[in-house]
Amino acid sequence: MVVRIEVGFKSHVIDAQGEKIARRIRDHLGLPVDSVRTVEVYTLEGDFTNEELEEIARGPLSDPIIQEYRIGQPLACQFDWLIEVGYRPGVTDNVGKTAKEAILLLLARDKDEQLNVYTSRQYVITGTLTKKEAESIASNLLANDLIEHYRIVSFKDWDCKQGLSPYVPRVMEHNEPHTEKIDLNVEDEELISISESRILALNIEEMRAIRTYLKDKHVIEARKKVGLDHRITDVELECIAQTWSEHCKHKIFNAQIRYEDDQKKVMTIDSLFETFIKKATQKVREAKGKDDICLSVFSDNAGVIKFTEDYNLVFKVETHNSPSALDPYGGALTGIVGVNRDPFGTGKGAKLIFNTDVFCFARPDYDQPLPPRILHPRRILEGVREGVEHGGNKSGIPTVNGCIVFDDRYLGKPLVYCGTGGIMPSTIKGEASHKKEIRPGDLIVMTGGRIGKDGIHGATFSSQELHEGSPVTAVQIGDPITQKKMIDFLLVARDRGLYRTLTDNGAGGLSSSVGETARLSGGCEMDLKRAPLKYQGLNPWEILVSESQERMTVAVPPEKISDFLELARKMDVEATVLGQYTDTGMFHVRYGDETVAFLHLDFLHEGLPQMKLSARWSPPRRDETPPPPYPAHMGNALKAMLGRLNICSKEWVVRQYDHEVQGGSVVKPLTGAENDGPSDAAVIRPLLDSFVGVVVANGICPRYGDIDTYHMAACAIDEAVRNAIAVGGSLDHLAGLDNFCWCDPVASEKNPDGEYKLAQLVRANMALYDITTAYGIPCISGKDSMKNDYAIGNIKISIPPTLLFSVIGRIDDVRKAVTMDAKRPGDLVYVLGVTKREMGGSEWYAMHGLIGHSVPHVEPEEAKRLYQALSLAIRRGLIASAHDCSDGGLGCALAEVAMAGGWGLEIDLRQVPQKGIDRDDELLFSESQSRFVVTVSPHHQKDFEDTIAGLPWGLVGEVVNRTCLTVIGLSGEIIMDEDIYALKAAWKAPLNF
Amino acid sequence: MAKKVKSIVITGYGTNCEVEMAHACRLAGSEVVDIVHVSEILCGKVRLDDYHFLNLPGGFLDGDYLGSAKAATIRFLHARISGSKERLFDQLSRFIAEGKLILGVCNGFQLQVKLGLLPALGGELGNQTVTLTFNDSGRFEDRWVYLKVNEHSPCIFTRGLKGLYLPVRHGEGKFLPRDEKILEEIKNKNLIALQYSEQSFQNPTMTYPANPNGSVSAIAGICDENGRIFGLMPHPEAYLHRTNHPRWTRENLPEEGMGLAIFRNAISFIREELLS
Repeated sequence: MVVRIEVGFKSHVIDAQGEKIARRIRDHLGLPVDSVRTVEVYTLEGDFTNEELEEIARGPLSDPIIQEYRIGQPLACQFDWLIEVGYRPGVTDNVGKTAKEAILLLLARDKDEQLNVYTSRQYVITGTLTKKEAESIASNLLANDLIEHYRIVSFKDWDCKQGLSPYVPRVMEHNEPHTEKIDLNVEDEELISISESRILALNIEEMRAIRTYLKDKHVIEARKKVGLDHRITDVELECIAQTWSEHCKHKIFNAQIRYEDDQKKVMTIDSLFETFIKKATQKVREAKGKDDICLSVFSDNAGVIKFTEDYNLVFKVETHNSPSALDPYGGALTGIVGVNRDPFGTGKGAKLIFNTDVFCFARPDYDQPLPPRILHPRRILEGVREGVEHGGNKSGIPTVNGCIVFDDRYLGKPLVYCGTGGIMPSTIKGEASHKKEIRPGDLIVMTGGRIGKDGIHGATFSSQELHEGSPVTAVQIGDPITQKKMIDFLLVARDRGLYRTLTDNGAGGLSSSVGETARLSGGCEMDLKRAPLKYQGLNPWEILVSESQERMTVAVPPEKISDFLELARKMDVEATVLGQYTDTGMFHVRYGDETVAFLHLDFLHEGLPQMKLSARWSPPRRDETPPPPYPAHMGNALKAMLGRLNICSKEWVVRQYDHEVQGGSVVKPLTGAENDGPSDAAVIRPLLDSFVGVVVANGICPRYGDIDTYHMAACAIDEAVRNAIAVGGSLDHLAGLDNFCWCDPVASEKNPDGEYKLAQLVRANMALYDITTAYGIPCISGKDSMKNDYAIGNIKISIPPTLLFSVIGRIDDVRKAVTMDAKRPGDLVYVLGVTKREMGGSEWYAMHGLIGHSVPHVEPEEAKRLYQALSLAIRRGLIASAHDCSDGGLGCALAEVAMAGGWGLEIDLRQVPQKGIDRDDELLFSESQSRFVVTVSPHHQKDFEDTIAGLPWGLVGEVVNRTCLTVIGLSGEIIMDEDIYALKAAWKAPLNF
Repeated sequence: MAKKVKSIVITGYGTNCEVEMAHACRLAGSEVVDIVHVSEILCGKVRLDDYHFLNLPGGFLDGDYLGSAKAATIRFLHARISGSKERLFDQLSRFIAEGKLILGVCNGFQLQVKLGLLPALGGELGNQTVTLTFNDSGRFEDRWVYLKVNEHSPCIFTRGLKGLYLPVRHGEGKFLPRDEKILEEIKNKNLIALQYSEQSFQNPTMTYPANPNGSVSAIAGICDENGRIFGLMPHPEAYLHRTNHPRWTRENLPEEGMGLAIFRNAISFIREELLS
């Protein structure tokens, strides 16, 4: 039977969720509603007595203190409109799954009992609305049509006795699993049409390479022995498409590129990755010699560096852009729980100790018509924020640092960067934990969630622009709790030595996880029929490439398998043996007795033809005259800057993330007298009985790329590094991660400026090499996402080329860490680093609708000396506060130091070290790199000045016992005298939903 | 000191503050501190009877998908220990009957009230009379709050304290009683051990954000009539060292964090009352 149980708040209880929705309807949609109440609807499918239904409703489904329920009858009795939203078939329903488990336990029924629970939510709305307006609330706010189904009822059509009929989103698959065979011995046009119709995203050279492989008579002979022929199976084709996807093989980063610069000088680059990134790391490691901190770079799911004698650190940053464009909540949630599995799946596995997130969105108050399939940026912002909240908080991993960048070119695809760090003992049972080893005979075990159609084609889909036919199955919702249970289990298994290594099932699912790890032993053989499914009817290829979440693939030695499975059963985690690793050189997949894939591992991993691309650099010439007029009121100008989206307070977002769980928080994202100042970087203490800390920071500055991506990349790296230095990090122990998000850099008919975009990519890589080698910072891992474009009809929106650079390092004693807030009146204010006339790409210019061309340049040799000196001063305890100057320049940095400290500052701009500036506004808002505002107690003046001798510094003023930021301009006159609380109000106003 | 104080910290199914909770027990002097997955109790390998101090840490039990700690409540009430007729709740009841101590923080506190372990008026276990529900703001928030300690409370954990400064990190922390009568009884018996307050720790407050969730009577933590079961929304285990304090770089603070006092009180009580 199917029965609905409805649960709602008693009338006297505040419905906080309902009120929040009402506010959003009013504020975001501008519609007049009086109130919204929510009702949770549980649709139960199974056999129950009336007494049991009562018990279920009373027990796990409602809270008797504040809620009431009805069984088989509606709760809603008075309203104007009622909207009920439920998931479509096959979409992860975490509430329903949990309700099912609780009901089985409550009724002491068997786990295999046929019983399903589907959840929906009703929004019971009072307010004078038209049907069209109610529709708008449903489709623009409450439901995402891709994954959710909704019903709208007006009160006049309401049946008070019956309510709504049950909605049962059962997956109805009548498919008999089968494998298709496709003859690739066809003409090129036919090959392309096969690739397109199956969403394989393989180009003609790649299709030809597969055709050639299947013509080899040794290959055919070997295939015949396992029951296959010259035709490729759909399982094989999907497996190759996934393995060769841009997402997995980084084809553009590994392409051969002919690069022509603006002097017509030509160079050939054989792989950007090898030439610039890998080589830079190699050079840094060689230069560091015995002080090299790297343990595992570029080879595993995440990079590994040394932390202490006994522990290593692991770090990875991923992106989840395409899914977040379609379903911001699910996309971001899967982004964060997905990247969690990278450090977790590195070496023998790491315990996760922090998350860091960086988002790029269009303006939340965007007011132009939206192109088809694009969600409003505010909805994307709120969905992504909430997805990361649930993913991070529920996993018990603190979100310690992050930032948000706003630019309307992120309208077509938002960028959602999610990073996770971990810690692992340096050895486990005597074996190095950062190494991955698999021996032939080890069993392939899948643990965690089950497989459904969710996430199919995620890897190939994210390697394409967002288009009309972007697959709905690419969207999925994660469950942090299923994952947490699995991680709890695997960490116990790790410490007991019950497995050899593990890897995550992310993009490409089993195809990728098993296909990659099979290289360690030299082959594999597995049976997809054994894989546990969410529902029946999946074809073998779907099982292989499904990206269903919360799964790890584990290599278990046969002698450990019974202990491993027993522990899994005890800890309530599903674990299934799918097959074994071999040394046959083959990727061998069966479905029952039938072989459905039989590919040479060498071909699968090395058979991909190298792309040949062309890049042409012609720097944009932008006019910088006349500059913006000198502000009539400098205080108002500063307030306007502080209220810019890229500068304003992000407290609203930060507070909704748990940044303290695990108990090791040292420098929090919010700091200062009123706990609301913006920290430059995070410091945590992952080992509670030690004072050794981890510092984490990010740098991102896409605006500079409008002028030259070389400097954009240089500045992003510098920003990440100086943020880390500002809290007490040191160049001696700092490693980087590069994360490139680009617009399509492959020239074609529909992408005529591809050569320019590729040149932008080349230049960013050149900067990465130059700056990281100068600073001595090895890159340990990275990621690229190359197709961040939107193309539907004749509308094309491309993101600005964006590099996120993240750093992780050690701080020897967290008690020496420094925060950015002014500490006490009488302290001296210093500016370190030279301010130059570098207004190009600045927020100041952006506010005046300009781009300019004088983009900030990093001078790494001088900056390096400054960073070393500041690190030393911090270690010696000479620094009261340190804050980096970035977006909004010196003016905004000084305001932040004062606002956070709760004290005024008296500043004389004539003392600021500078070159070639004769205007106060340019001195205040230039975004020259490698600068800090530092405050120092007068007791430490001499020691501090000795420490920074020979470097550019200026003693620019003093912290004062009043609440004004007072600035003397170049003329010697006071140009600004602003109350810091007024500044703070301007800074907090924009993002406070 | 021949006898050892034994503390157990329960984890699994979404709990996530177990490590710092165990660290707090250790710093406070508990000689034995075990982090134990619920499954180890359910399979009979570990018994609550072997401990003096039960810690229910924060987290998101079963994702809080049916409301905070709701699904876990069913597990604690109905799950049986394998190989015996005993339920987990029977072990828990025996633990309480023996006068041992239970501390629930955040999700642990939510579990305590939904299981009817708190306030357990008249000593009646298993009857839910209060709840913790969605913050009035409709949001999860991480922020530090000032807490006024009720000096007249029988609560063992807050003995000798005047005020505390600790972080809250929750979306469902608003305390609500079933009715006025229950609230009156909780007040009259001084079971309200902690209230959200102004910075001076003097006056309880209903003003956001000092009261972060809109809790009735600014209630942040309550105890049972014996003072041996205590639950609170703020996280004492998150402030064990001065570097946890949000303003440690600008204020003169003692090395030890304020949250540790809660654990010290528990351990010394056990040593004096249960071990001697």
